Amino acid sequence: MDRFSWSNGLLEINETLVIQQRGVRLYDGDDKAKLDVGVVLLSTHRLIWRDIKNHECCISMPLSQIIFFEEQAAGIGKSAKIVIHLHPPLVNKEPGPYQHSKYSYIKLSFKEHGQIEFYRRLTEEMTQKRWENTPVSQPISTGTGSQGGRTRAVGIVGIERKIEEKRKETDKNISEAFEDLSKLMVKAKEMVEVSRSIANKIKDKQGDITEDETIRFKSYLLSMGIANPVTRETHGSGTHYHMQLAKQLGDMLQAPLELLSPEDLVNACKMFESLKLPLRLRVFDSGVMVVQLQSHSEEEMIASALDNVSEKGSLTAEEFAKLLGLSVLLSKERLLLAEKMGHLCRDDSVEGLRFYPNLF
Amino acid sequence: MSFEWPWQYNFPPFFTLQPNVDTRQKQLAAWCSLALSYCRHHKLYTLDVMEAQESPVFNNKKIERKLSMEAIQVVFEELRKKGNLEWLDKNKSRCLVMWRRPEEWGKLIYQWVSKNGMVNSVFTLYELSSGDDTEGEEFHGLEEWMLMRSLQALQTEGKAEIITMDDGKGVKFF
Repeated sequence: MDRFSWSNGLLEINETLVIQQRGVRLYDGDDKAKLDVGVVLLSTHRLIWRDIKNHECCISMPLSQIIFFEEQAAGIGKSAKIVIHLHPPLVNKEPGPYQHSKYSYIKLSFKEHGQIEFYRRLTEEMTQKRWENTPVSQPISTGTGSQGGRTRAVGIVGIERKIEEKRKETDKNISEAFEDLSKLMVKAKEMVEVSRSIANKIKDKQGDITEDETIRFKSYLLSMGIANPVTRETHGSGTHYHMQLAKQLGDMLQAPLELLSPEDLVNACKMFESLKLPLRLRVFDSGVMVVQLQSHSEEEMIASALDNVSEKGSLTAEEFAKLLGLSVLLSKERLLLAEKMGHLCRDDSVEGLRFYPNLF
Repeated sequence: MSFEWPWQYNFPPFFTLQPNVDTRQKQLAAWCSLALSYCRHHKLYTLDVMEAQESPVFNNKKIERKLSMEAIQVVFEELRKKGNLEWLDKNKSRCLVMWRRPEEWGKLIYQWVSKNGMVNSVFTLYELSSGDDTEGEEFHGLEEWMLMRSLQALQTEGKAEIITMDDGKGVKFF
């Protein structure tokens, strides 16, 4: 095995691939080589072997090293082999996987067959000795390739090599990107700053910028995932934070993009009135809290509840909910409120809880 | 003449104790009035609470509603506060229903007495409640315990004096 040198597996100009076979394990003499199963390639000039999993691991040997070779039939549990007897290594041989070997022959073990064809082609090449006709440069080392002429990647090996290089490139990019993550974070912070300042400018200059532009820009911001964000970090905790949150809620009537604790939400809602926002936090006797439009005044709710009940004679919370398209919880709260105000009275029996107009 | 039920009697919420304080006050007033007029109509002077729950007063079979025991107790307490009811036992299982309060009875009796120019006369209790002269009067047939209380009320007002006679009690009107 010490006749092999590390190689990049690229074929030289004038070198042609003859045959390749996968599933081949190398033997140093009778011992299994300290390599995994790989692909053996026969070219006009060399015998090349590459690890299937690790394409970096690639070795080659000039065919001129071969004295002779013979087949070794398969046995029970043993694959067919080709035994190749070799000349001593060249003095100026490039380094390879083995510094020294006590054997002067190697074996190719064909775990996935193909030995017959390989043997035939090897015989051909060893007969024709085409390498003698078209000499190439010294056995190629792991260095970056071109010695004089351009190293052209041809054939399947070339394609494989290109893929390999692309993969390496991608790897490099990714690791660079991760290195740059901190820079990215800084960029993101900048972006948030810019967006926020623009959003504020929009808010201030309501008159100058058209509504259409505003809407468009806001949707733009929204698509970037930034809708005038108010975070704990930017505004700190406490009243100021809740005020800002309340304003935001008032603007959009929808939850901000960040997660809020219920406590924060309630505190923000308590500020609606003081901030002159058209929303109100209403707390029912039962403790249920709802956010409603200011226009949704109590009188209106009660009056409409009374109307509905009067019209139907009596209503349960479920019936009322269905009528109004509200949740049962909310509709019950309304009925209870109307009862509290003295507009309704209740009939509580085995049939359930029903509300009537207060005729007392 | 059959008893005329008030409109509330056929209103289902009437049989549910109302949580709204104002509504409840009106409801209880209506119950007291109904209970008393029913007792007056049927000349009932005592009530057994257990029996009451099944009596038509508190149990309207037509609308399938009846007053809960708790609610009945509340109504009775209300009657007691107004002076129309008196518990006969500590357990509050029987009570006297005074659909007319003693003072009211006393007033009626005195009216009759003075109208007939019998002030300064002496009457036995029997004469007042069951005598021929009082027939047709509302207080005719008044149970003795009720009559006694009525006269006691007049006595307090200084309009009568209860005297003990050989064979019972009597009263002199002033």
